[in-house]
Amino acid sequence: MNFLVEAFKQAFYLIFHLDRELLQIIGLSLEVSGGALLIAAILGIPFGAFVGLKKFHGRGFIITLLNSFMGLPPVVVGLFLYLLFSRSGPLGFLGLLYTPTIMIIAQFILAFPIVAALTHSACVKVEPDVKLAARALGATSSQVTRTVIREARYGIIAATVAALGRVMAEVGGIIIVGGNIAGYTRVMTTTIALETDKGEFELALALGLILLLISFLINIALFSIQKKGAQKPQWL
Amino acid sequence: MALKLTISDIYKSYNGKEVLKGSSFSFDKSGIYVLMGPNGSGKSTLLRICALLEPPDSGKVKYLEDNNRILEDNLNLRRRLTLLLPNIGAFNTTVFKNIAYGLKIRGIKKDKIEEKVEQALDFVGLLHKKNQNALTLSSGEIKRMGIARAIVIEPEILFLDEPTTSVDHENIKIIENIMIQLKQRLNSTIIMATHDSISARRVGDFFLFLEDGRIKF
Repeated sequence: MNFLVEAFKQAFYLIFHLDRELLQIIGLSLEVSGGALLIAAILGIPFGAFVGLKKFHGRGFIITLLNSFMGLPPVVVGLFLYLLFSRSGPLGFLGLLYTPTIMIIAQFILAFPIVAALTHSACVKVEPDVKLAARALGATSSQVTRTVIREARYGIIAATVAALGRVMAEVGGIIIVGGNIAGYTRVMTTTIALETDKGEFELALALGLILLLISFLINIALFSIQKKGAQKPQWL
Repeated sequence: MALKLTISDIYKSYNGKEVLKGSSFSFDKSGIYVLMGPNGSGKSTLLRICALLEPPDSGKVKYLEDNNRILEDNLNLRRRLTLLLPNIGAFNTTVFKNIAYGLKIRGIKKDKIEEKVEQALDFVGLLHKKNQNALTLSSGEIKRMGIARAIVIEPEILFLDEPTTSVDHENIKIIENIMIQLKQRLNSTIIMATHDSISARRVGDFFLFLEDGRIKF
């Protein structure tokens, strides 16, 4: 019990004294997850909207694929990327293994299906009358698409926040491709894993508390967005 | 009257069920045409086809200028018409932005939009609600907002699909008055589908019945 109290004390000490190593780890975590999320949003939102709004051959298959990939195991993504980017792999010449870049790629692969699938679902849920009303008012096809995306905005923001939650908490993929190199590829989750292994719980606990706080903030944001987006016509 | 509509031999089926079976008519006078018929008789389908929002399975929808020149089905023509849907299709934003939509997509300048939207809001008695979210309006108010959103673009033919359905008695009266004023103000053709014969008699100039998939008058 004593050691637990001591660990918490040390953790709070590190947090409140803005420990340099701690800040560096948090900074890299935000950089990697933020970068992955940004790319996933730039590509995933238009892709999800396209799948949600256009009818084309193979659409059902793509939706099934996106939904399945939402639950992609991070270690499998890590393994796949490792084989691809290791020195003897087909993309080994790029020298990306054990760099923050490949960690961003790994997290992008995890975030993209979430952003795209939930954007698709948000666009599909927009009332068909909204689309028809836009056309009846003289909107072109691209103006109708923009209108539907705007109507689905709360769902799309929720999709992005959900993807952020997923990548921030991820450890399996980035530990394989990033290598957990101190000061270079070490992020919050991989540090927690390492420090726990070493039996040094102070830093692990401090990072765990911060990760919990971030996760809590993400969930508050998600909840308020969903609450706002759940607004339905009063008269229906 | 600037724009005339002629439909000939319109057929439309959904899932093998024939809804329209050779409907033909010429809407060539300004005023309010009332299209009556029971629920499910195909009134809404016919309006969507006339408003160029849905193609018929067969038959022709022709728009003609005063000099009888047939107009091509393109964005220019579509922007001279509009259809008010039974559920309006309100956007999840303010009443002002809902009404400004049609003007904004036509590239109208901001100050002109503001002026026109305020006029339209005043006309339907919703000026005091302009900054309210449209989804928080009552059923009568949302119908009035829909009318304002449609008339602000000054359509030459205005299609109204069940404008008084799911609306309380007081709002029905307001909407009917708006339509009568609209007829005088726009000097254009209004084609209204309804199953409410009392409302139809109050506002209509010409009466049509959709029966067994065909227009009778």
